[in-house]
Amino acid sequence: MKFIDEFRDPALATELVRRIRATAQQPRVLMEVCGGQTHSLLRHGIDVELQGIVELIHGPGCPVCVTDISAIDLAQQLASLPGVVLASFGDMLRVPASQGSLLTARTAGANVMMVYSPVDAVRHAQRHPEQQVVFFAVGFETTAPATALAVLQAHQLGLENFSLLVSHVRVQPAMEALMQAPDNRVQGFLAAGHVCSITGYDAYDDFAQRYRVPVVVTGFEPVDLLQGILECVTQLESGTAEVRNTYGRSVTRFGNPAAQRVVETVYEIDDRAWRGFGVISAGGYKLRDQYETFDAPRRFGLTRSTETNDSATAQRCRAGEVLSGRLKPCDCPEFGMACTPDSPLGAPMVSSEGACAAWFRYHRGSKL
Amino acid sequence: MCLGVPGKVVEWIDRDPVFGRALVEFGGIRRECHMACVPDAEIGNYVIVHAGIAITRVNEQEAERTLQDFAAIAEGLSEPDEFNSAGTI
Amino acid sequence: MNEPMLWNRNCPIPIAADAERISLAHGEGARLSRRLISEIILPRFAATANRRFADAAIVTTIGCRLAICTDSHTVSPMFFPGGDLGSLSVYGTVNDLAVTGAYPRWLTMSLIIEEGLPIAILERILDSAGHAARECKVTIVAGDTKVVPRGAADGLFINTSGVGEMMDPVPPGPQSILVGDKILVSGPIGRHGIAVMSARESFAFDPAPLSDSGSVIHAVASLRNSVGEHLRTIRDATRGGVSAVLHEWAMECGHTFALTESRIPVTDEVRGACELLGLDPLYVANEGTIIVAVASRFAEIAVTALRHVPGCEQAVIIGEVQSRGISPVTIRRTIGSAQPLDEPSGAPLPRIC
Repeated sequence: MKFIDEFRDPALATELVRRIRATAQQPRVLMEVCGGQTHSLLRHGIDVELQGIVELIHGPGCPVCVTDISAIDLAQQLASLPGVVLASFGDMLRVPASQGSLLTARTAGANVMMVYSPVDAVRHAQRHPEQQVVFFAVGFETTAPATALAVLQAHQLGLENFSLLVSHVRVQPAMEALMQAPDNRVQGFLAAGHVCSITGYDAYDDFAQRYRVPVVVTGFEPVDLLQGILECVTQLESGTAEVRNTYGRSVTRFGNPAAQRVVETVYEIDDRAWRGFGVISAGGYKLRDQYETFDAPRRFGLTRSTETNDSATAQRCRAGEVLSGRLKPCDCPEFGMACTPDSPLGAPMVSSEGACAAWFRYHRGSKL
Repeated sequence: MCLGVPGKVVEWIDRDPVFGRALVEFGGIRRECHMACVPDAEIGNYVIVHAGIAITRVNEQEAERTLQDFAAIAEGLSEPDEFNSAGTI
Repeated sequence: MNEPMLWNRNCPIPIAADAERISLAHGEGARLSRRLISEIILPRFAATANRRFADAAIVTTIGCRLAICTDSHTVSPMFFPGGDLGSLSVYGTVNDLAVTGAYPRWLTMSLIIEEGLPIAILERILDSAGHAARECKVTIVAGDTKVVPRGAADGLFINTSGVGEMMDPVPPGPQSILVGDKILVSGPIGRHGIAVMSARESFAFDPAPLSDSGSVIHAVASLRNSVGEHLRTIRDATRGGVSAVLHEWAMECGHTFALTESRIPVTDEVRGACELLGLDPLYVANEGTIIVAVASRFAEIAVTALRHVPGCEQAVIIGEVQSRGISPVTIRRTIGSAQPLDEPSGAPLPRIC
């Protein structure tokens, strides 16, 4: 497939690995922010290839991993209301919350539907006026345009049976939180390519200067990732800390204004509780007042509990430390023991690009 | 996060600013994708699709340039510094 | 004659209003049951059914060993691009027999029908099953029908049991796999799972990806005839896909399976759908594609033989058996070292991340 296969070229990838080895004078610690990057790095064995040269910390950019338990609990509550269908991305279905996952809720009779796109959920609502369709809107800046567009469509169609449970998160505030942590180890960031397709990377200039940390906008194929890593390592070796874009085919400095308009029409920035991080200031989106009739909790008279109600199981999960790079998945006492993809204790073991699941899938017990 | 897949726009179905849709080709299949965020994409252009929505157009010249840089690498004609021409605008 | 319904005392329920759907009365052993069997089911297996759906069938063999298997079939939706529940219920059991080394001969078929199923749907499913049975030259020798109340089943479940005659040489099984053996597949992988998922979740792909649902009898026969005693084992890579089969084999033989991604055949449709949905074809189900372990020196002969079988033109070697490695199954993708290929865990779910 064009724009994929060229960037999986083995010869190019091998050459880039060679260049990274030649450039790095000492081991470096980089964070790939996005879960999609984590997935690709591990799938293609890039972390193994760079062992001893570059340590890659798997960042917080996995929406199913950072969605707070209270939001999933609320989704389950909504799905159990008579006449309500909860529509969700496939990723969210297996994530354990206080009372099991959405899949276990479905087994117990809750009405949960998997959709590929939020606009498909709008279409479903249009065809089934007898149902109340609630879309579980999770994801980063990349996904927000899709859910915002769903709201705009439902609004224009005058649909009264479509609403959102909004749990969107924003990536840069989380990067700030990471850099401010006293035990931060991250020396350079591979910024999330598709988030930047929407937002651009202009806002990272200030971030890179303030924390003296290279930020390299990076794509998702092996060659993209290696190019981003090489750029990061080159900057670290030369003592620079700049914002660079190695994903030029999909990202421009100021992002996609049309997508930004869609998001800004529907959402405003808000504080958001992140699983494992606590509340991050400006860490998410909420519906603007004009669209608050589409807010599912409001429509059904439910409130999100402000305090995280972790079950005993969830408390054993050290997701926060893993996602902030302070704990490697394999160093968690539960990893591979009580916590496996078949019976996850926490979200990073669920999603295939969650740090723990990816680690389990590709390394099992081996310690890198 | 954010699985975004490049696909080729093969046919516009609706150019409405909110409901705009086009048929986009991924490998051997096509699917309707919503185009509100890439209103100026033309047939033959590539777009990145995430969750059923085209989120950006693929800059084909930029991709071409990257690949040419790579071709130079592969032939061993370029020095590492030249290769590291990742663009800051 | 003018008011037949009023005076038809043989019919306990006024069926005229709902004659197009299966009712509980169809399962109660009386006239409606008989009519369901004689008018709807049996004619569809005319060439293959043993005169009637007997309670027990008597079959004659020539004193060879027999293979017996059973499989219950349910698929949602019942019709998917490239197949349906009816043909699937025949191919599934026939394929289980074939990969065991048997020549499939007889099937029993048991229908569990949900009250309210449109009879036209049942007819289409049975037509398709009958067609598949004729294609595979198996005789449906016994059967059963049950109707369960609405909500107790998902439209229609079909159980088929099969009996086949063992054909020499019989592949000895996964425990016979040796280091150096080659692994091959008979065609592009992941087609069934993607077809069903696309239909079920209304992904609206165009063209709709087609299932590979079909019989593997000819593929297995070509292997037997070409490299017979050098075959180790054959499997149809159904749920969990190629990865699940290889993990099972690894457990039994204690060796590692090393795959090379670039060799694995995948159609453009499955490739596109998998990229879009974030799935790996190695974990996606097949219903007419087999995976074979064969002695190294005979692998090319096996591939050549398979490629002469219609539908197996893309048969190819995808990997080989190595001594114990980092993981039961490994795969070489873009660069350098082989990566562990994990065992599938639950059905693959599309992802956005």
